[in-house]
Amino acid sequence: MIVETSDLWRTFGGVAAVAGVNFRLEPGELRCLIGSNGAGKSTFFKLLTGQLRPSKGHISILGRQTTTSQPFEISRLGVGIKTQVPNLFEGLSVRENLHLAARRTYAGKAARLAAEAMLDDIELADRAGVPVRELSHGQRQWVELGMVLVSEPKLVLLDEPAAGMTQAEVERTAMLLQRMRKDRAFIIVEHDMHFVRNIAERVTVFHRGRILVEDTMEAVTSNAEVRNAYLGQKFGKDHD
Amino acid sequence: MEIIALSGINIVYAVASLFLLAAGLSIIFGMMGVINLAHGEFLMLGGFAFVLSVNAGINIWISMFVVAPLVVMVIGMVMERLIVRHLYGRTVETILATWGVSLLLIGVTSVTLGYQQLGVSAPLGSVEIGDYRVGGYTFFIIGLAFAVLAFLYAILRWSSFGLKARGTMQSASTAATLGVNVGYVYSATFGLGAAISGLAGAAFAPIAGVTPVSGLTYIGKAFITVIAGGPLPLIGTSTASLLLGFINAAVTAISTPVLGEIALLAAAILLLRLLPAGITGRFFRGGL
Amino acid sequence: MKTELTSPAFIAALVIGGAIVFAAPLFLETYDLFNFTVFAIMAMLAISLNFVWGIGGILSLGQALFFGLGGYAYAITAINLGSGWGLLAAIAVPCLFALIVGYVAFYGRISDVYFGVVSLTISLILYNFVNSTSDAFYTIGAARLGGYNGIPSVPPIQAPWAAQPLGFEAMYMLCALTALVFYLGVRLFVRAPFGRVIVAVRENDLRAELLGYDPRYHRLVVFAIGAAMSGLAGAFFAAWGAFIGPDTFSVSFAAQAIIWVLFGGLGTLIGPVVGALSVSWFTTWLGEVRLLDPNIALGLLFIISVLLVPNGMVPALRRVLERLRIVKERADT
Repeated sequence: MIVETSDLWRTFGGVAAVAGVNFRLEPGELRCLIGSNGAGKSTFFKLLTGQLRPSKGHISILGRQTTTSQPFEISRLGVGIKTQVPNLFEGLSVRENLHLAARRTYAGKAARLAAEAMLDDIELADRAGVPVRELSHGQRQWVELGMVLVSEPKLVLLDEPAAGMTQAEVERTAMLLQRMRKDRAFIIVEHDMHFVRNIAERVTVFHRGRILVEDTMEAVTSNAEVRNAYLGQKFGKDHD
Repeated sequence: MEIIALSGINIVYAVASLFLLAAGLSIIFGMMGVINLAHGEFLMLGGFAFVLSVNAGINIWISMFVVAPLVVMVIGMVMERLIVRHLYGRTVETILATWGVSLLLIGVTSVTLGYQQLGVSAPLGSVEIGDYRVGGYTFFIIGLAFAVLAFLYAILRWSSFGLKARGTMQSASTAATLGVNVGYVYSATFGLGAAISGLAGAAFAPIAGVTPVSGLTYIGKAFITVIAGGPLPLIGTSTASLLLGFINAAVTAISTPVLGEIALLAAAILLLRLLPAGITGRFFRGGL
Repeated sequence: MKTELTSPAFIAALVIGGAIVFAAPLFLETYDLFNFTVFAIMAMLAISLNFVWGIGGILSLGQALFFGLGGYAYAITAINLGSGWGLLAAIAVPCLFALIVGYVAFYGRISDVYFGVVSLTISLILYNFVNSTSDAFYTIGAARLGGYNGIPSVPPIQAPWAAQPLGFEAMYMLCALTALVFYLGVRLFVRAPFGRVIVAVRENDLRAELLGYDPRYHRLVVFAIGAAMSGLAGAFFAAWGAFIGPDTFSVSFAAQAIIWVLFGGLGTLIGPVVGALSVSWFTTWLGEVRLLDPNIALGLLFIISVLLVPNGMVPALRRVLERLRIVKERADT
């Protein structure tokens, strides 16, 4: 099992944002977490990354108990993490950003080579020396995606990788992900249904801090309970 | 029995003075997240305004409750308009600029008023507790701390300014979209904090006297109290004053005032290790 | 690292810096050399503050307290055991103190503003404490702390193999060369792998942490190294004037160090040195001509630095030069 949570809770001043989640992710699986705002998926994500501590319950990642681990300890297990807002070293160049990420797994020259290869993969080689704060929103997201993937993580956690992107950028992001998928396990929190349809094999639907349904995309789309509960006509369109 | 009563008074006095010294600072910190490094000089200027006006023949209570707060309020609002306003949202720069103001005010008062200590003898005589005498002024300071707490609570809780101020404290951008003039609220808060600091400075002038560097003797305690208290100005500062004032007074009683100060600092640092955002960063959320 | 050591910019800095250090005694009177020694010491403090604040991103408002701690550690140890041990103590004591404070603060994940204010408060309270040690009770071995009078007759630095302590000129050389080594060392550090991580933690500590770097540990290391650097500067200061007093813990001294770095250019390499030299020279000159109260001058300089030259003089000058170059190029074509 890559990820396993048992009876996971997180409360904020009496309000349970995550209320007893039992979640399992198999090796090599790509799972999308969906649900309306406030469904608890972002809180769940932060519990996995160690940015928040659970009020109750246990988390194990890659066979290790991580319930009370710090984010850097979780990362060191071989977990690549991308947060919702772009988190980059704004003043450093694209190359330096990638290099800092690569150095966690590769030593010396190999880190440089890995960073250069990733520059090509995210198609930003021509902007390698530019400080990332000067890039467009989409490009910054790809730099961060590159940083996450360059360290060859065994598990990748992405929080809304397509947020704030244009349609073309969303498609390109999905393409990038497919290309760099390999046999890694992924957990992706996403709002953009078009994007989810593009990449997801199985989806987990969150509702009021709990897992409502867990199934293939087609099954979930046609699930009346999901529709009625809260997604409403959202499934009819690609964007809301 | 007398010793117990006396120690009790000492502790309450330590708590009260800590609260008074920190209250003005905490109002500004709670509102803008900025530590005003010129706070000590606000206290010092309040002391000078008080002493000079008493020496000029103005009634001692008018000097303390009207002249000193007004003078420092005006200085605070001018400072807000000229400097702090240009740095909103840039916390570190604001802190640094207020440090510059602190040096400037020390320099200006040294040049204009000289280095010698000015003072006024403490009014209100003394009270006998068994064989000991306690200055009546000690009780005045304790009473004043309660009065300031009640006054600030009333303003923030019930006045229309208080409503806007609390809204701005929660979310400046939301308040702005609801039509609150955030600039005005900040300016008024700065003025209010400065006025309270002026009053506190005046209240301590009869005890400690005033020199251009008087502020420096107070600010260490004031900073640490506000930081330990966290973002809520009233609950934070009063709970932190209670805790730190007690430790300070207790350690002072068995050693020296300086060791009392060190104990206060050490306690506050340990507290911050457990509660990095201060007492009200974790508890009493949404209060005052 | 290797590439930086052999880069033209680094070699130029080494050559120019070395030339200035070695040429100064040829042109300066003994009195000026004496003043230049203290300027070099202040430059050391400025470089260490910039290392912690500008490069490490730690708002160490009370950084000067490590200078004071180093000075006192040197004075007390040198009086008792000789200057060699004194210098060691001046590095070890501030470093240890920084490790304790830094451990509590960084591992508690205290915010930037809180850390700044706490560090300044520690300075304030140390100031009050040292001032209260005039009683003979506060004696360590043969050294009396002396309260507000400070410790007089601090021994000068003497090499273990030498018969005589360092003279004026040798002392100048030691301080100026150490300042140069600090400058070049920081330069190498930021380009080195560990230094890149430090910069990364400053730029975005969450991202650094999500990559697997422990920001708490990296901050602690920077803070401890910076404290050791400031401490050594404090030891040189105590040895230079044969005196150390509580004013090194005062708020106004802490403020001066901040002004040097801010005025020169926070986070730049040469800016803090320029700031320390120019502002120290300016305040010394003000003291001589008695034109303006030094607190007024420093306060104004502080406010102006924050409001008008937020990036410091060195970047501002660079921009002006760049603009002049563009104007000239346009005029040429």
